[in-house]
Amino acid sequence: MAAQEHMASADGPPKVSLFNDPKIRGLFYQVLLIVTVVWIGYSITMNAATNLAKQGLANGWKFLGESAGFPVTQSLIEYSAASSYQEALVVGFLNTVLVGVFGIFIATIVGFTVGIARLSKNWVVAKMATVYVEILRNIPLLLQIFFWYFAVLRALPSPKNSIEFGAGVFMNNRGLIMPKPIWEDGAGMIGIAAIIGFIFAIGFSIWAKKQQAETGKQYPSFSIGVLAFIGLPILAAAATNFPFTFDMPALKGFNFKGGMKVVPEFVALLFALSIYTASFIAEIVRAGILAVDHGQTEAANALGLQRGPILRLIIIPQAMRVIIPPLTSQYLNLFKNSTLAVAIAYPDLVSVGGTILNQTGQAIEIIGLWMAIYLTVSILTSMFMNWYNSHIAMSER
Amino acid sequence: MKRVVLPVVVGAMLGMTATAANADTLDDIKAKGHVQCGVSQGLPGFSNPDSSGNWTGLDVDVCRGVAAAVFGDPEAVKFSPLSAKERFTALSSGEVDILSRNTTWTMGRDTALGLNFAGVNYYDGQGFMVRKSLGVSSALELSGASVCTNTGTTTELNVSDYFRTNNMDLELVQFEKADEVVAAYDSGRCDVYTTDASGLYAQRLKLEDATKHVVLPEIISKEPLGPVVRQGDDNWFNIVKWVHFAMVNAEEMGITSANVEEMKGSGNPAIRRFLGVEGSFGEKLGLNNDWAANIIASVGNYAESFERNVGPATPLKIERGVNALWSAGGLQYAPPIR
Ligand SMILES: N[C@@H](CCC(=O)N[C@@H](CS)C(=O)NCC(=O)O)C(=O)O
Repeated sequence: MAAQEHMASADGPPKVSLFNDPKIRGLFYQVLLIVTVVWIGYSITMNAATNLAKQGLANGWKFLGESAGFPVTQSLIEYSAASSYQEALVVGFLNTVLVGVFGIFIATIVGFTVGIARLSKNWVVAKMATVYVEILRNIPLLLQIFFWYFAVLRALPSPKNSIEFGAGVFMNNRGLIMPKPIWEDGAGMIGIAAIIGFIFAIGFSIWAKKQQAETGKQYPSFSIGVLAFIGLPILAAAATNFPFTFDMPALKGFNFKGGMKVVPEFVALLFALSIYTASFIAEIVRAGILAVDHGQTEAANALGLQRGPILRLIIIPQAMRVIIPPLTSQYLNLFKNSTLAVAIAYPDLVSVGGTILNQTGQAIEIIGLWMAIYLTVSILTSMFMNWYNSHIAMSER
Repeated sequence: MKRVVLPVVVGAMLGMTATAANADTLDDIKAKGHVQCGVSQGLPGFSNPDSSGNWTGLDVDVCRGVAAAVFGDPEAVKFSPLSAKERFTALSSGEVDILSRNTTWTMGRDTALGLNFAGVNYYDGQGFMVRKSLGVSSALELSGASVCTNTGTTTELNVSDYFRTNNMDLELVQFEKADEVVAAYDSGRCDVYTTDASGLYAQRLKLEDATKHVVLPEIISKEPLGPVVRQGDDNWFNIVKWVHFAMVNAEEMGITSANVEEMKGSGNPAIRRFLGVEGSFGEKLGLNNDWAANIIASVGNYAESFERNVGPATPLKIERGVNALWSAGGLQYAPPIR
């Protein structure tokens, strides 16, 4: 019966009514769903727009040029209370990027180390790594941030009793205070030398790889790269007769004046974010390594390779293909979790934006800006990681 | 098929009802049976929960007064603890009916945020608290200090302006929640804690050793604190406004929670009107005529509320000062009920 019916509809026009045709019915529900979603979206937007207009809210970006009036504890650019709201937002954004970039860097190193350590044959090392992962990933991040912040604050002395490291470096409960270099004429040479060193390092490593592929000869390209990147600027500085002086910090009244400072809020947030995210990365790395067939290790052993090179040259590169996609999510998590900054007074984009929102009442604009910026940075990160993933996938030989 | 249709219908219904909310606050409140009141997350004397979750304070009394006026029951209130940053959004979005949370009446908030301030139940000003061991006696000696405060308040701008006008350096450390400000100040992150003077007296009680800290004499701003409602519902605005005025008028006329019943027999026509024995003032608010009598019977007059929550006999030990009645040289003044 069923087969017959099927045959009939295959060569002739369908005998079933339009109502019961699964294709049309499916299409109908899809269209209905889309129309409803669009309609709901439309009415919510219109509703919000009318209410906002009625209350006189959301009236454009004019406020960005007005003077902010409040200072910020950490700023990578020149900023004072007399600067504009726009500059305040840039300061907040740079602070977010700063903690995000350093956080991702540290979390990656710690995460890979702990992940590899969990697979160690040494019982103590493996157990320690397990304890690290289980404790850190099971405590809410906000609590960890508070813990480190107040632990750091309680442990450090007041400015008057600062710990002195010599050479103008001090530590107290206001932060880590260091001499600040003041650049003079000719200092640009040092920067140029650093850029040349960097380009040389990259070029050399590409060349060394090619040489190795063609001739099998190996070069210490990493050490040479680092040497060029650090050595060239030093040479340039010596050649231009060290064109900088230092602004030395000095205790004056309540706090140190002069120099530059790393605030405790930054340290606590960076530390908490990195070691929390590292616990997840460790698990991802462990899973990635376990996903590489054991035959690979055996084959490498048979070639007489040592444990270190096996891990570095055989296992990790293959594990990376499994690791990268979930690693990307962890990077994005870290970046988004950095918005918890406001709890411990780190002036990130959300904290600074919140102050502006409160002072101006421009809720819609500020929240829209937050969403646009976090979305953009997250998408850029994903795009980069996807590119990197396909890059290492292609180099399969 | 059921699986597709149900979410669609629910979604459609949500979309429609969203438009209908907040038309008439008084009707809404009567329908749900309580007033939803936005308060702080714990500020002794103003709005603070005790160990059994019972809220008390000067700001809490405003909400209890409104509940007494509407329902004849000061307990018909539910409280929403809000951080400084959340408070206005909570009010605008209809999450709370009144915001009574040591909130300063400023022009910006009154105009740009779509809100209405229903009077001033505490005249305040911003002050500074420091450790006694610093040996500081004036705010003008604070150049270079690290100052802790709350984000989302009037305090950030006041303190920056003050330091700028006096050519002093400032490191301003801004926390989202008041408890973190207290903890950071207590652990030495800051030399100075700045907020409303009343807030300083209240938060000082939370420090490890309150006696080691002193509030400096300078008051650097005007902070008239009062209850807030949404713009666009005039009757509700009137109710909240007149609850506060009723408490002040009662103090002026000598009506207290103890003598309110007895006062109903008074020959003074102003008192008779106030207590609803004569006239129909309650009806004009959409309430019963004994609205004010209910407030005084349950919450007391302004003086009673002040003495009970923040006065000299409480841990806050605040004098009436500018918050005395106008007739006693203070600023508390209510239009007559007539
Ligand atoms: N009156 C000021 C400040 C109000 C404010 O939030 N003060 C803080 C510090 S005293 C507070 O009430 N904290 C208590 C809490 O957040 O629960 C304003 O309206 O902006």
